Amino acid sequence: MSLLELKNVTLRFGGLVAVNDVSFSVEEGEVFALVGPNGAGKSTILNMISRLYTPAEGDILFEGKSILGAEPHDVPVLGIARTFQNIELFEQASVLQNLLVGRHTHCRSNFLTDMLFTPFVRAQERVHREAVEHVIDFLDLQPYRQKLIAGLPYGVRKVVEMGRALAVKPRLLLLDEPASGLSVEETQDVAFWIEDIKKVMGVTVLMVEHDMHLVSSVSDRVMALADGSMLSIGTPQEVQTDPAVIEAYLGSDDGTESGEAA
Amino acid sequence: MRIVFKTSYDADIRLFKHKAQAFWYLLLFALAILLPFLIGDFLIGEATLVLIWAICGMGLMVLVGQTGQASLGHAAFMAVGAYSNVLYQEHFSMPFLLSFPLAGLTAGVAGALIAMPITKLHGIYLAIATLAISVLAEDLIVIMEPLTGGVSGLFAPDIEIFGFVFNRYGNPVELYWLVLGITLVIVYLYRNMLRSPLGRSFAAVRDSEVSAKAMGINVARTKMVAFAVSCFITGLGGALMGHFATIFTNETFNLIMSITLLLIIVVGGLGTIHGAFFGAIVFVMLPLVISLTRDALTVFADSGSVTIPGLESGLFGIILIGFILFEPMGIYGRWLKIRTYFELFPFYRKDMFRRQKSYLKTERTR
Repeated sequence: MSLLELKNVTLRFGGLVAVNDVSFSVEEGEVFALVGPNGAGKSTILNMISRLYTPAEGDILFEGKSILGAEPHDVPVLGIARTFQNIELFEQASVLQNLLVGRHTHCRSNFLTDMLFTPFVRAQERVHREAVEHVIDFLDLQPYRQKLIAGLPYGVRKVVEMGRALAVKPRLLLLDEPASGLSVEETQDVAFWIEDIKKVMGVTVLMVEHDMHLVSSVSDRVMALADGSMLSIGTPQEVQTDPAVIEAYLGSDDGTESGEAA
Repeated sequence: MRIVFKTSYDADIRLFKHKAQAFWYLLLFALAILLPFLIGDFLIGEATLVLIWAICGMGLMVLVGQTGQASLGHAAFMAVGAYSNVLYQEHFSMPFLLSFPLAGLTAGVAGALIAMPITKLHGIYLAIATLAISVLAEDLIVIMEPLTGGVSGLFAPDIEIFGFVFNRYGNPVELYWLVLGITLVIVYLYRNMLRSPLGRSFAAVRDSEVSAKAMGINVARTKMVAFAVSCFITGLGGALMGHFATIFTNETFNLIMSITLLLIIVVGGLGTIHGAFFGAIVFVMLPLVISLTRDALTVFADSGSVTIPGLESGLFGIILIGFILFEPMGIYGRWLKIRTYFELFPFYRKDMFRRQKSYLKTERTR
């Protein structure tokens, strides 16, 4: 059984078909990448998995069960965490607090025990803090622990957002362009981390990425999309050499354009 | 600058960062207890008013400062607190110790019920909806005359705890201590909220609803809880305000009061407990300063007393505009800057507190 399975998923925004009859499955323990020109529907697929959008047709299965009945805030409870393309951190909070929010699905206290700060809440806070410290160690975020997000450079924010998703302790991690806007060295770090997330933490990764170098170095399988439709699926080499993919990115030989140039 | 060497996770959970901080706050509290021996009865009355406004301000702060939801209708919840407190005492002959928390709970439940439909609104629309609540509350008080006394108002009896009577005019000092105690409890609850998952989920909803959802926070529920907690605290403040005013009508808790509350927390500094206190001090002290200045001017000009109608609200408006333009973080923000300047002397940089420009935001999926 695949960890995540999309079956003939279609999503329309009015007349625009954003995602058209897309099916693929992500196996446990692999890194799966979605590539394609801008507007191909990659982020939209992630948004459907995290239940921000509901597909018009088709089904999304996680561990064999449909998640279309779940609310967006139920998704991390199931074990799916995500990052956003344009960094959606809690700006007026510290790095530590941001990561602790990632532990929210594991909190068993309610607002009354919180206001009274019962011994149970204190003990729970210590447990969460320890879990968060593991993430801080993993991503080398020690210098930034108490810093406000509002004052952090872009590259660090990107890492913090990945850390916040890891703090959820997910089984499936959705990364929306983890390397966009990063320098070559930072992208290298991201590549190492994704490897480690897969091998050390045993978390399955589904990512959207434009940097083909990163994609081919970390992902086990790649799916290429254009205009909401599947073009090709396979290993990074297979997809990169697929004529349909080359046509979508560069246009075809006979001069008829299909798809947007990237 | 003090570097705290942390050896356990509890160092970040504790109420005070380090011993010196605990010392200063305890000193402040001791000073607050001893205040009646330093100033006269009139000023103690004003100090009591500052504390009551600060409680109401903290209530609104939970909503506006912590959760990022606008409310222009919090006077309505003060009214719920004030009226229900007196009504519980009169109709069910409850003691103050029971009616007071129940009044807070009533306001909290009212807030939660109202939150369910209106928190679906955002920004300016939420502000308008809460504005409507403030206006409606005034009318409701008049309509429910058999219960509320309508335009002739309601008379709040003296606070009585185990036979000991607290009256604003009879024993202002004891009333001040009582309010001080209640304030302390509320500050403690507020601090607990900030350091627990509850406070973090509020901040998450404030800063980014879409990623709050992605982290498993039920945004609608969190907003409802924020409204409930906020209205609970404001209701308690309203109940005290009722006792302090001794008689209150539909006009006591009007729209101006809602806006005043908002001004208090903005001038004081959004998102901080200190802000509620600083704002309350400014708001209560302003009329005093005006009348003192007026007296001085009268002596100087050697003429009859000068009265300018609307001077108080005008001045408060000017102060507010000044803060929004020059110090959006309020008085507490300025205080932080001054403190950092001296802590880091001479290494303070002018841009240290400048907000960085936000990066592109994800399209909102509501």
